[in-house]
Amino acid sequence: MTGIKVKVLSGRTLRQGVGKEAGKNSERYRTSVSICEMNSEDITSLSIKAGENVKVTSAHGSVVLKSVSSNQLTKPGMIFIPYGLYANQLFNETTGGSGMPTFKGEPAVVESAIEEPVKTLEELITEI
Amino acid sequence: MEIFQDVVCPVCGCLCDDIEVSVENNKIVKARNACAMGTTKFLNYNNDRIPSPMIKNNGVQKPVSLEECIEKTAEILVKAKYPLIYGLSLSSVESVKVAIELTEEVGGVLDNQTSVCHGPGVQGIHDIGESTGSLGEIRHRADLIIAWGANLQEAHPRHMERYSYTSKGRYRNGKEDRNLIVIDVRETLTAKAADKFIQIEQGKDFEFINALRTALRLEQIQKDKVAGVPVEEIEKLAEVLRSCEFGVIFFGQGVTQVNGKGRNIDGLFSLTRDLNSWTKFLIMPARGHFNVAGVNQVATWQTGFPYAIDLSRGYPWYNPGETTIIDIIRRGESDATLVVGSDPIAHFPPAISKRLINTPLISIDPAHSMTTMVSDVVIPSSFAGIEYEGLAYRMDGLCLPLKKLVKEPDNTMSDEKVLKMILAKVRELKKVN
Repeated sequence: MTGIKVKVLSGRTLRQGVGKEAGKNSERYRTSVSICEMNSEDITSLSIKAGENVKVTSAHGSVVLKSVSSNQLTKPGMIFIPYGLYANQLFNETTGGSGMPTFKGEPAVVESAIEEPVKTLEELITEI
Repeated sequence: MEIFQDVVCPVCGCLCDDIEVSVENNKIVKARNACAMGTTKFLNYNNDRIPSPMIKNNGVQKPVSLEECIEKTAEILVKAKYPLIYGLSLSSVESVKVAIELTEEVGGVLDNQTSVCHGPGVQGIHDIGESTGSLGEIRHRADLIIAWGANLQEAHPRHMERYSYTSKGRYRNGKEDRNLIVIDVRETLTAKAADKFIQIEQGKDFEFINALRTALRLEQIQKDKVAGVPVEEIEKLAEVLRSCEFGVIFFGQGVTQVNGKGRNIDGLFSLTRDLNSWTKFLIMPARGHFNVAGVNQVATWQTGFPYAIDLSRGYPWYNPGETTIIDIIRRGESDATLVVGSDPIAHFPPAISKRLINTPLISIDPAHSMTTMVSDVVIPSSFAGIEYEGLAYRMDGLCLPLKKLVKEPDNTMSDEKVLKMILAKVRELKKVN
């Protein structure tokens, strides 16, 4: 199946902020960071329903996430993944001499992955 | 039941100091006035504690005594040629002081979360200079609030209510006396609450800032649109900025973590400097962790530099891009890492995490994290601002006292005490060697 080209943004959400305070082992934390917020047009163009899984692949890695329709992404072509181990699978280690990796704006492809499960945090850590 | 008034919330850089915490039988049962993050921390901090000091043996973390952990940590740090000490944004100022002393003693590098959040903002201060003030001054006087790449509503839920847009100050009575303009690539919850939202193209902050500076100088922009925004709108925005009485730009990681990084911030600081030719204007980073700014403060007064300080040469050396943790690990130069109250495994690119766990890794943390799960040595600690007191710096540089609300578990102590024990052991081992 062909995917759509997007730019990946990562960042803070209130749910992620609350989840980390509830505990990094908590279900609240895991579900707050393993999502892919998308524009509704992008969801439709993948022929999936919001809540079904998508696979996001950049030049640096790949991750399966649960899609969420977001009214904050008012234009297609951008996805948003809350800060955490899931989002970071997609980012580069270079900093361009700034000390800071580029955590926003990474080009990637999103495709439907209805059958693929979202990995647990333990699984992602084991793969490091 | 004991009720503590005016408790400082140990979550984000707002350091809200009006929390009322109720404690019953050494358990926090209520946290009035706190936001969702603050309430969750006060009521749940104790749910996922590290039960015991641990050392990894044949790939499995096994409970050991605290003394064994301290000794092992000291051995690793003394043996290492270029160790990293990282974190401390959730520790007290007093803990940071000891961490700097320890870094100097072992000849390593001290870095903190600034590196991956507002590092470019700090570089902007070096490059241009910062026109700043206190959040109190902003509450009383600001009639124009700009949130640039900063989703205040989600990252700092009480910021607008206590210090900015909707706050009631001496000369501004809430949102009817102020304008909130949000400049962002997403229509965030902050943008939805704003008087005006300007949506720019992703990665085009630098272009937009410079177009705005051009418009501010009343010069002509030789394009129809910049960063997707029509020039007429940029000129209108320049007029709004110019004509306010007291403006402030709060910037977030929407500008520090995108292409351009420090150059974006140079642009924003320059824009603020330009605006002061017309009116009063401040700029302030919206800092995340509750004492991330404190690490910068303490490090600056002790070493002359705010973060990424290399103390391996016998004198402080600072060069972001070279002495920042991501770059040191990427070049494979560090040979041990001590993490204090941070979770780099969850927040660094995996290629960096791989290298991080290939060298000895020590964690001092009250609760489980991705990093404690893979550490070779894990030392449980207490929660600053809940189980031990100390100082922390708010995002505007104001120093506030953290309170002790409950007794810590018998097997934990403050980061400061743990670090002092490690430092003493390091000195002892160095004498023997």
